[in-house]
Order: sequence, then structure tokens, then C-alpha cells
Amino acid sequence: MISVHNLGVRAGDFRLDGISFEIPAGGYGVLMGKTGCGKTTILEAICGLKQVTGGTIRLGDRDVTELPASRRGIGFVPQDGTLFSTMTVRQHLAFGPKVQGWSKSEIEKRVDELAGELGIESLLKRKPFGLSGGERQRVSLGRALAVKPRVICLDEPLSALDEDTHAEMTALIKRLVSENGITALHITHSRKEAEAIADRIFFLEQGKLRVFSTSEKETT
Amino acid sequence: MKRTLHQGGTDLLFFAALVSLGGIYLLLIVGMLVADVHYAGTNVSGREFADLLKNENIRYSVWLTLVSCTISALLSIVVAVPAGYLLSRYAFRGKVLIDAVLDIPIVLPPLVVGLSLLILFNKMPPESWGMGTFEEMVRRVFGENAGVTYKIPAVIIAQFSVSCAFAVRTMRNTFDQISPRTEQVARTLGCSRARAFFSVVVPESWRGISTAGTLAWTRAMGEFGPILVFASTIRGRTEVLSSTVFLEISIGNLEGAVMVSLLMVTIAIVVLVAVRAWDKNQQHRILI
Repeated sequence: MISVHNLGVRAGDFRLDGISFEIPAGGYGVLMGKTGCGKTTILEAICGLKQVTGGTIRLGDRDVTELPASRRGIGFVPQDGTLFSTMTVRQHLAFGPKVQGWSKSEIEKRVDELAGELGIESLLKRKPFGLSGGERQRVSLGRALAVKPRVICLDEPLSALDEDTHAEMTALIKRLVSENGITALHITHSRKEAEAIADRIFFLEQGKLRVFSTSEKETT
Repeated sequence: MKRTLHQGGTDLLFFAALVSLGGIYLLLIVGMLVADVHYAGTNVSGREFADLLKNENIRYSVWLTLVSCTISALLSIVVAVPAGYLLSRYAFRGKVLIDAVLDIPIVLPPLVVGLSLLILFNKMPPESWGMGTFEEMVRRVFGENAGVTYKIPAVIIAQFSVSCAFAVRTMRNTFDQISPRTEQVARTLGCSRARAFFSVVVPESWRGISTAGTLAWTRAMGEFGPILVFASTIRGRTEVLSSTVFLEISIGNLEGAVMVSLLMVTIAIVVLVAVRAWDKNQQHRILI
């Protein structure tokens, strides 16, 4: 579960206050809104990458508001993948588990398992240079999922993909998140994408959040 | 068709302007080198050049140049990587001022850098503090024969003071071009800031580090003003190739000065080509 209560966050002159929303455990929330309205700022605050000025962020039963990003246990998939240019795909998938002190055999097992689920076995020895947009996003998703997070945050993960790859990736993300019981928060500009993947949609407009569920009318 | 032709003509003019203006500088550099080679070719015999290379003082000068430049470049990298990273990633009070201060060695006349170093080590801290000068402190710690001013450490400090400024600028530009997102992703995966820096940012900035090192090295080799004032040009002790050129000119040996200059050009070209070739190879290995 992601529970944000009365969140305040500042980025330069821009500030957001009183942001509250909740995504139940295993739920898939999508955050929408115009460019520059603060969607990414909220996501960064949840991931621990932006200092909050007020409010609380809870993940399940843990209050993570004051925890550093490294101890929140959130998988983060940034816009355009942001891969590590000097590492192979295998090293990307092994990065998180290695940092968290998994054994070599556990890491190898996890990498093979993820590579199979994401369909990137043939790319394991490649470096990001020359990978297609879809391949980059698969690697980025795999890197975030490698440490089996309970929560994942995705910042416009599909915005640079062509239509076919977009549909394929949407289905893949939805399947992996649902199969692993992960709670997800996903930012997008695309209404179609939001409706295809979310069970709860949030609109951020002029600093206020409106909530929809995909099967209901506006709820708050 | 007419429009295309018109555009083609404009493009041609544009490229002609770019090539001719940019070419002026290239011609100036090539012109200087050709003039040196021509002067040496007409005034110096091969035997004289061979004798120059056998000369003990020149050999010492080459050795000290290579060693001092390498140490200065390494020290510059050690300082420039953290300084450039801080300037690139963090906003803090006084950043604009600090940024400007770091450029001072680039804009100051070289002799002023040397003079300032001389005063810093020999007149500071003020006498009233009762601690002695930095020079005296070094002697107290390392013995009476040690010291900085007019000795090899002065050569290295003089080179470092200027070349490090170029390395800091290069590293800052390098970190500006690396998205902070990469290290943020590493942090969400469990890395501390330090681990994210060493395992993700440093490998990503490898090319910038290599450029900063090369720039610092070549800049250190060309340094003369601060060395002249702070380390002096003592034959067989603090003489580097740039000061050899000065010494040769000052005794009226223009031929000797040109030969040493050509030696410096050769060393610079060898270092630049070797580093670029190695860097290209590394880049290929890192990215593909």
C-alpha cells in the first residue's frame, strides 16, 4: 500500500501542499496532469529523492517519510529508462541484489528468472548503447524489480515507445506487477495508457488531486 | 529549383565562412610549428640535436617535466572530481562566488600566481600567530634539507595551481552532462550516496576524467610563469623544459631554445595521441 497524507514538497520556487492519496496493496495507481504540474515531484518525494516539507508517506505499515531512498525498498523506473551506460544488461539486473548483499547464486538465479520474464535473455551481454526504446524499458523495469520491491514507481515509462511496443510493454508491466503483488504508482500523459493499466487514476491540477477509479465515477 | 539552388549557395557560403574563420587559427598553429622546424632545420645540424639529447641538464629537465606533470595531473584529478561533482550537483550559498574563485588561476597573469605562492609559503601565516611560515613548518616536519620554495615541490605546486583549475572546469562540465537520475536510481536500489557515486557516476564520467587529466598534464607542461617565480630555474634542480627554453633564450642560444621547443612539441603530441588512442579504446570497451 502507498499512503500519502497531507504531503508538502518544494522544488525551487514550485511548491505543492496538502497532497493526500492512497493506493491499496497490490493496486495500480496512475498519476496524470499537465507538464510541470508536479507529478514527478510527488513521485520523487515518495522514492526519497526529494525532501518533503510536511505530511507523511507510508508504504504498507512503515512510515518512510524520513527514510533515505536506499532504505525505502521502492523500485524506480525513470523516464527513458536511464540505464547505466558502462554496465551490461546482466549487470543492470544484478546491480540491486548485489548492493543488497545477495549471494552470488541467488543473484544469478534472479537475473535468469527476470531475463526470462522480460524476454531479454539474448541481451544479457549487451550494453545500453544500441538498445531499442522497448528493450531499454524492459531492462530498466528488470533492474527495478530485481530486488523484489513491494512498491514500484514508474515515471512516464512508455512515453517514447511506438504504438506496438507501447501495447506490449503495457501488458508486460501490468502482468509483472499483478503477478508479484506489487503496489504501483505510474505517471503518464496518456489517458488511453492510464485506462489500460490503472485501477485508480489521480489527476493533479493546480496543486489539487482528484481521484477516479477506472470503473467508477469521480470519487473524491 | 531556384529555392534549392539559392539554399545551396547560402549553405556553401556558410561553410566557406566556417572553414575560413576556423582555419585561420589552425593556420596560425601549423605556421608556428613549421617556423620552428624550418628554423631548426636551417640552423641546427642533426648532430647538434643528438648532442642536446645527450646533455645531462636537458635529460634532467625532461625527467623532471614528465614526473612533475604526471604528479600535478594526478593531484588535479583527485581534487577536480569531487569539486566538479559538488558544483554540478548541489546548490548552496556562495556557489557563484566559489565558482568564480576557482577560475582565478586561469585568468590571473601566471607571474602573479607564482608571486602569490611565494608570499603564501614564505610570509604566511602572519608572524603574530607565532607558528612560523608554511615553509618553516615543512622544514620542521621533514628536516632542514626539505622545503618547498625553489625546490621540486614548488615546481609541482606551481603547475598544480593552474592546471587544476582547468581540470575542475572539465569535470564540472562532465558531471553536468551525466543525468543525476542514474545515481538516484542506484540509491533507490540500496546504494548510499557514496556507493552510487563510485559504482555509477565515476564509471560514467571516465571519459571526462581522462580529458581533465590530459588537459591538466599538458597545461602543467606549458606552465612557466609560476615556476619561474616560485621554483626559480635552477639548472639540474628545478629546471623543467619550459624553463630550459627561457634559460636558452636568456643566454642568446636561440637554436637551443628552438630544439627544446621542438622536443616539447614532440612530447605533447605523443602524450595527446597516446591518451586519445587509449581513451578511444576504453570508450569502446566501456560502451559496447
